[in-house]
Amino acid sequence: MTRRKKTVDGLHGLEIDALLDDRTVEIVVCCGSGGVGKTTTAAALGVRAAERGRQVVVLTIDPARRLAQAMGLPELDDTPRRVEGIDTKRGGHLDAMMLDMKRTFDQVVLATTSPEKAKVILENPFYVALSSSFAGTQEYMAMEKLGQLHADALADGRYDLIIVDTPPSRSALDFLDAPKRLSSFLDSRLLRLLSAPARGPIKVFSAGMGLVTGTLTKLLGAQVLTDIQTFVSALDTTFGGFRARSERTYALLQEDRTAFLVVAAPEPDALREAAYFVERLRDERMPLTGMVLNRMTSPAATHVSAERSLSAAEALTESGKHPVAAAVLRLHGERMRRAVREHHLAERFASAHPGVSVAGVPALSSDVHDLDGLREIGARLSGE
Amino acid sequence: MTRGDSDWEGVRLHIVTGKGGTGKTTVAGALALALAASGQTVLLCEVEGRQGIARLFDAPNRTYDEHRIAAVPDENATAGEVYGLAIDPEAALAEYLEMYYRMGRAVRALDKVGAIDFATTIAPGVRDVLLTGKVYEAVRRKEKKRTHGRVYDAVVLDAPPTGRIARFLGVNAGVADIARVGPIRRQADSIMTMMRAPQTVVHLVTLLEEMPVQETADGIAELREAKIPVGAVVVNLAEQSPLDAKALAAAAGGSLPRSDFTSALRETGLSADDETVTGLLTDAREHAVRVELENELRAQVTALGRPTYELPRLTDGVDLGALFELSHALTAQGMA
Repeated sequence: MTRRKKTVDGLHGLEIDALLDDRTVEIVVCCGSGGVGKTTTAAALGVRAAERGRQVVVLTIDPARRLAQAMGLPELDDTPRRVEGIDTKRGGHLDAMMLDMKRTFDQVVLATTSPEKAKVILENPFYVALSSSFAGTQEYMAMEKLGQLHADALADGRYDLIIVDTPPSRSALDFLDAPKRLSSFLDSRLLRLLSAPARGPIKVFSAGMGLVTGTLTKLLGAQVLTDIQTFVSALDTTFGGFRARSERTYALLQEDRTAFLVVAAPEPDALREAAYFVERLRDERMPLTGMVLNRMTSPAATHVSAERSLSAAEALTESGKHPVAAAVLRLHGERMRRAVREHHLAERFASAHPGVSVAGVPALSSDVHDLDGLREIGARLSGE
Repeated sequence: MTRGDSDWEGVRLHIVTGKGGTGKTTVAGALALALAASGQTVLLCEVEGRQGIARLFDAPNRTYDEHRIAAVPDENATAGEVYGLAIDPEAALAEYLEMYYRMGRAVRALDKVGAIDFATTIAPGVRDVLLTGKVYEAVRRKEKKRTHGRVYDAVVLDAPPTGRIARFLGVNAGVADIARVGPIRRQADSIMTMMRAPQTVVHLVTLLEEMPVQETADGIAELREAKIPVGAVVVNLAEQSPLDAKALAAAAGGSLPRSDFTSALRETGLSADDETVTGLLTDAREHAVRVELENELRAQVTALGRPTYELPRLTDGVDLGALFELSHALTAQGMA
């Protein structure tokens, strides 16, 4: 067997198995910028946790079709589906589901209001646009769904671990902001203004308010304003309950039963984003467990340095002998250079964020196709 | 340097998207430089508030204004210039109200009741309307004489990721469903007309990995459905192999001759023990498996039927010099 680095030297190692085995941890949130392997990491953690005996559900936000297939699911929707082929000897199981924001939103409306009022809301053009096509709704609904799942799990004991993959926007922490943004909107004078006609005459029509309604009418047209007003007043109770729930979910995320993992790739941009997440989580007092540094270049013959390998390649090229060996030495040298560079980046991150544990995950040479692929990633995450 | 004809002659708005992590911002920057090298004045916009352009061009972060970030030299003169703009939705809204309605006073009143905050952060979609609206304004300056600011030959937009692109660009169609009349409706209609015009193209950046290639295919389908013109596929960070096809096949199959390696190592004074030879062969096999997979994926990208350009992985990452290198590669392949 060739020597191969298990973890990133000099960094505080992240104990993934200890995390997954800790029964007091009920929620694991994977966050990070796009393209760093967040969704795959969440799925791999799910497989590993289930095979170590946990009752797991993975909530992903729009996984690539490949990943759903890797879990043996032809498609994912917002109903948790059992992943077949998981080793259940230790009593665990794995379900997977995908966030369907429109359905989640519809369910909230239906659950919190009378059928007649729900009908008015569901048919309102402003609601239709808001719930199905606009960006941003996803963050609110991810929060809602997480809260629902956790409450269900507590009630019927179906799951003891929820693994969440956060929405794929720049601001993967936008979903943390959702409750606050909603609160500030619900408490705003704008809302009172918008719902004013439905509530009857209130003394909001100061000169400033007149200007506001005038401007909105001019920009949007009277019809839109009426639609929004109908929508807002009909949603008032629904939104109120929604706000209370998302504030509870937010508080839940601050508790010790939650663990945040920041996922990153060993590239300057991805690490800069990761640093942003780490700082945000600290500011918000969210329990940060550590960072997963995905796709580390991991050459096999690590004892042959980049310099020695490249100069040997050069010597061979000059002599014209062993062209294939020369090319492989060049290849190895380049991989070593890349590995050294990635290692430096990781070290710099660690010195800027002491105390953040890091799991370095060596890159696979091919993509993940099946449960075995996810198991392999899980093993690498755990430093096996 | 000889300059061939661009494959995208007459295109005024280049929108660059791609799965997260594929290097959209880098490709958008390289494309802007390549267009400037052919003598154009180019505006490079970003919409996600991450100051990626400033970082890429090694320029200070800027608030909401259009400022020069690069001048592309041609002999001793300047061929073309790239201006950068990080579009901020709040500033775009204020500008929009002032420009079209002379409503500076209304902005303050709207702000006071929380309407600006609502529009730019809470009301989903409005943000995208404002961002696309600003891009629309920058592109249209050339036709409209009533302009503020500089006129550009081309605008390059570093857009949101592929997963959101059709929704982002089509947001104005959604607005049109809500607002049946009025100025917002008219504005939304004109923006949609521009997004669907032949002067607009959406380029997709991908890596030779399965998920990004799949997402590229899905993105193309969604854009077609939204009737937004699809441009090129740019393959980024392609692996360069020092091995020829025959050696790659042998490496992948584990049949490279050990003895050749042992004598090569001895000859160069490196240790020729089993561990070293096995290690090098493992490196070669992993690399060859990767290259094989990339070749399959390259074929899938070709099968998408769009013009394709390829950019290499640069070992030391991308700095401003490297960005110029990438822009030359795009020019050489006809993208600009």
